[in-house]
Amino acid sequence: MTRFLRRQGWVAGLLALLIFLFVVTKLIQPGYGSGDFGSLARAVLPYAFAVAAQTVVVIAGGIDLSVAAMMALTSVTAASMMNGASEEYAFFVVPFVLTMGLVLGALNGFLIVVTRVPDIVVTLATLFVLQGAALLVLDAPGGGAAEWLKATVVGTMPIPNVPDNIDAWVPKALVLLVVCLFVIWIPLRRSRLGPSIYAIGSDELAAFRSGVPVARTRIVAYALSGLFAALGGLSLTISTGIGAPIPGPYLLASVAAVVLGGVALGGGKGGLLGPIIAVFVLRLVRTDLTLLAIDPNVTAIIEGAIMVAVVMFGAFITIRGRPAGATP
Amino acid sequence: MSSSATMSQPVSFGRRLKRFMADRPLIPLIILLVILVVILQALRPGIVNERWIANTAKFAIPLAILAGCQTMTMLTGGIDLSVGTVATMSAFIMATQIVNQDPAVAFVLAMLPAVLIGFVNGIGVGVFRVHPLIMTLGTSLIGTGFLQVYQRTVIASGARIPDFLNWLGTGLTYGFPNALFLFVPVAVLIVFTLNRTGFGRLLYAVGDNERAARLSGVRYWQVITSLYVISSLLAGITGLLYIGLIKAPSLSLAEPLVLPSVAAAVIGGTSIFGGRGGYTGTIVGALILTVLTTLLTILHMPEGGRRILFGFIVLFVTAAYLRIIEDR
Repeated sequence: MTRFLRRQGWVAGLLALLIFLFVVTKLIQPGYGSGDFGSLARAVLPYAFAVAAQTVVVIAGGIDLSVAAMMALTSVTAASMMNGASEEYAFFVVPFVLTMGLVLGALNGFLIVVTRVPDIVVTLATLFVLQGAALLVLDAPGGGAAEWLKATVVGTMPIPNVPDNIDAWVPKALVLLVVCLFVIWIPLRRSRLGPSIYAIGSDELAAFRSGVPVARTRIVAYALSGLFAALGGLSLTISTGIGAPIPGPYLLASVAAVVLGGVALGGGKGGLLGPIIAVFVLRLVRTDLTLLAIDPNVTAIIEGAIMVAVVMFGAFITIRGRPAGATP
Repeated sequence: MSSSATMSQPVSFGRRLKRFMADRPLIPLIILLVILVVILQALRPGIVNERWIANTAKFAIPLAILAGCQTMTMLTGGIDLSVGTVATMSAFIMATQIVNQDPAVAFVLAMLPAVLIGFVNGIGVGVFRVHPLIMTLGTSLIGTGFLQVYQRTVIASGARIPDFLNWLGTGLTYGFPNALFLFVPVAVLIVFTLNRTGFGRLLYAVGDNERAARLSGVRYWQVITSLYVISSLLAGITGLLYIGLIKAPSLSLAEPLVLPSVAAAVIGGTSIFGGRGGYTGTIVGALILTVLTTLLTILHMPEGGRRILFGFIVLFVTAAYLRIIEDR
């Protein structure tokens, strides 16, 4: 019960921080309105999926270094398949790319289970492999995206019986994010699988002795991570209209947001809500820095420093939580 | 399984081969290198001559030094992914500062960020206990940001490759590449440090059993901090050598060397989990990868395919070493 309260407390604190940042943003830029919120939601979209991918695996007690490379591969695959193809063809591309993410993610988990090499090494190796595969698909940024897909993240969601000025604050990108996360996450939490993922992250041996199929659960966790990463890759292609084979800074961002979101890097704790709010916080900090007319490259430095500081803080908390002298 | 038990009964050939590989990793590695050279000669008769050997050595040396950084950090169970950025930074700063500055001042300026990044890495890993992979990835992101800001300030002054670095990078003395003048002392120093000094023993001790090392009075954070500073310094020096070889300062100069440097150390028999390995194997590993790259270039394998191959090599070799260790 206390753990539950503490977790919710953490999420509530993050939410307060987010609201505070919105107030700061409004103070810096009095004209900050619904349109800017829409572009924030669009910018958050790929990051949020990357974080969701990382969260599932971290809760299961692992780490996935191949998140960013997976996004790059799925993004270029989608972009090159949709390039010059008909609008209807995209109906085939989307499920294809998502399945690809799911299968490649499952392969990650399978390799970890079969080779018994630690997750960090296996996903480092698959990071190389996926990056190479992305370069094989497209060796330079290019490709295209179907118009109707692009339309799913631009503009606002028309809701009947709601005045326009409120409606303007519901960007389609945010709706897409919430729907995708809910459709995958809620049934997962409700099924046997959800508690199993938490169980193997908390104590693998105890989970095994309580009858949790550890190997299968681990593979499923990585498969889900792959699926989320594929959603992230798709959203990248959709929002930019092209695919880029060189992955963005999504790996570090995902780890930082997971830590900031209250998910312990040791596994077994936390939820999806915290990391998602954390992504909004990190993105909004960037928006504020941009609004303050700071050089974008300096912004990148500050952002990187914040992420490193967050990860360091998270690691520090983890040591404090352990009995003195214990090995990590 | 103790050795006396296996001595008394006949041992299967496969098992003997495994033990042999584990005890003398250098011999199979050299055999592999020779096989690769023979394949190369068979594909392009006459390619293997004095000039080719000198050329191969020239390209293998920067890789071997960076792989030395990986070897030393891997011995403690870490990894240093910031070497690419550090090498690029020092090379870029050297090439731009030499225009207006005294060479000695330019050298100090070029080494400064290397020391700083190494120090931050060391503090993050040693004191805050962040996973080295995440930590070094973060600092390399920040470093790249700084480099982009810096680039803007020196666009007007232009860049120049100092004659000395030109000589060091591409020159030949009696058919031997001048880079050997730098590499031989560095290699001897690394091997000597690892095998004959207290610091080297501490690295093995920390990597093999951190808790035991701590309990026997090793100051963990001091060892780790000095290790990452040394690793960064070596990476910085490699950057200077590499700019003399490539002769085109860019913001992604040494990035392509990062993955191969990890692969070279892993192939060379250094365990990514720490406590096992050495630098001589790494040097052969770097040679193998350089010859392999030539081979793949001749076979028209694109960059993406090469990365996929390197990823699989890392995974396969790690899994194989894990099996060998488990068997003992």
